[in-house]
Amino acid sequence: MDLTTFLIQLLNALQYGLLLFLVASGLTLIFGIMGIINLAHGSFYMMGAYMAFALTSATGNLFVAILLGIVLSALIGFLLEWGLFSRLYKRDHLDQVLLTYGLILMFEEIRSMIVGDDVHGVRIPEMLSASIQLSETLSYPVYRLFMSGVCIVLAVLMYWLIRHTRLGMMIRAGSSNREMVQSLGINIDLIYRLVFALGVTLAAFAGMLAAPVSSVYPGMGNQVLIICFVVVVIGGVGSVWGAFVAALLIGLADTFGKVIIPDFAGLTVYLLMAAVLLWRPEGIFRRI
Amino acid sequence: MSAAIKTPRGALLATLLVLSIFPLFGSDYYSELLTKIMIMAIFAMSLDLLVGFTGLVSFGHAAFFGIAAYAVVLVSPQYDPSSLWLVLPAAVLAAAVAAFVIGLFVLRTKGIYFIMVTLAFAQMIYFVFHDSPLGGGSDGVFINFKPELRIGETQLLDLGNAAHFYYVVLLLLVATYVFLRILLRSPLGHALAGIKSNEHRMLSLGFPVFLYKLAGFVIAGALAGVAGFLSACQFGFVTPEILSWHQSGNVLLMVILGGMGTLNGAAIGAFAFVVLQEVFSALTKHWQFLMGTVIVLVVMLLPGGLSSLTQRVRRLLVGGGSNG
Repeated sequence: MDLTTFLIQLLNALQYGLLLFLVASGLTLIFGIMGIINLAHGSFYMMGAYMAFALTSATGNLFVAILLGIVLSALIGFLLEWGLFSRLYKRDHLDQVLLTYGLILMFEEIRSMIVGDDVHGVRIPEMLSASIQLSETLSYPVYRLFMSGVCIVLAVLMYWLIRHTRLGMMIRAGSSNREMVQSLGINIDLIYRLVFALGVTLAAFAGMLAAPVSSVYPGMGNQVLIICFVVVVIGGVGSVWGAFVAALLIGLADTFGKVIIPDFAGLTVYLLMAAVLLWRPEGIFRRI
Repeated sequence: MSAAIKTPRGALLATLLVLSIFPLFGSDYYSELLTKIMIMAIFAMSLDLLVGFTGLVSFGHAAFFGIAAYAVVLVSPQYDPSSLWLVLPAAVLAAAVAAFVIGLFVLRTKGIYFIMVTLAFAQMIYFVFHDSPLGGGSDGVFINFKPELRIGETQLLDLGNAAHFYYVVLLLLVATYVFLRILLRSPLGHALAGIKSNEHRMLSLGFPVFLYKLAGFVIAGALAGVAGFLSACQFGFVTPEILSWHQSGNVLLMVILGGMGTLNGAAIGAFAFVVLQEVFSALTKHWQFLMGTVIVLVVMLLPGGLSSLTQRVRRLLVGGGSNG
């Protein structure tokens, strides 16, 4: 592997890892703060990708589609929390698993009814469709750099939101003691609803961002969901920082795994997880 | 209260009777459906040992089901029927060994981690069979000849024969049920129940909790292997989908819907699930939507699963005002 190829793979690994982080951070936030295990999280990623496809076809512009998609997915998250999830906080994890499993089946079929089961591509917007020439034969697409950039900006924003804003303070307080926060006169139900909507939107946004690169296809959400579980297991449940580190590790393991052992490329991520489990069964970072 | 929960022996015997004479009256279609239900019942009961009796919510139980099915493929010769003496033990052993190795990893975790880690490991096994040519890759592989049971030159059983197969499945279902009942009354069963209700207390009492859980996990995996073996024999075809996470989700669903920790409930859940699947898929190709809706409604409206329904109805009929 020469230096340019290595660089390209490294950039790919970072891009994949950062994208995973967006999805996994929503999952880990929802679990860390509300104690809900959400199997349907991958469905939100799928939903986002299909929104990008449908809305780009309708409006002709990916950015407009993404803006509309963000509003839509936040609304969906808000309604789901209000209608279903808010009733499950006190219940067993088993009920949460069951409910969200049912939701996956429903979402996947709704997708099939509305859009069908074909694979669709989404066009990269004109202004980002160029490639940067790295050597005589190798180049790197601008859109992927753009994706990584957006993910990094979002990661920083999220850190700022959770650590340095009043809302973030309430969220953190709510995760450690719901009743106490409520008795201080803070509307914890609304905060939970916002966090859930935020998690859904993050997953959907990741799907929208990835759609032009990965194309949209049935079952795409479930694949991402399981990798996100691996991210959360490695990073530690409820830890956003852990999710960040773990997502990057997985990006690297997966991308370079494909180069080094192409026959069993799907396995490297799980082997990484197995190694972490032996070393630290509760993930690299515990909480925060 | 304990009298109400106790196994209704009459109902069990009646079920067994109906099952054992059903092929004489029922059509081929229903016999085949019933065979499938019984296989799923074995699978669901094996998971109930973990979920209902030990408190380990595994979302990766299809791994052992699938590994056993693939073991049938790998052990069977290409152009001859394989021997039941060889295939069944090989399939169950493969599932048990896989459960032992995976158990060493996943049992280090608890609660929500356990759910996620079992799912991830099952997915890893899925990729092993999906990506490698070992079992035909993503296309799957046919089993050309079903296993048979011979003593000397005489063929006693041919699993390709629907009637033979039906009774082999019934026999294994009864055997699994009896085995689990005995196991649950053994010291191991009591230890697992103790772990479910209070793991820390068991630890401080000096029980080797990890080993007990591992034993439970291996036994459950081996029994899932019995079901996987039968499933491979029924359809004569194995694809990676057999160990997909949908399969793990469905079997978990059967256990929870039927009522955990009762064994009978797991079997009832398997029955309800397979029948619902048949009915819905006859209605529409989007049958999973209906299934999903049923699941969501049950969780929202019936906390405690279908089994709580009978208690609710009873409470309504008796009209007792006690809140439990």
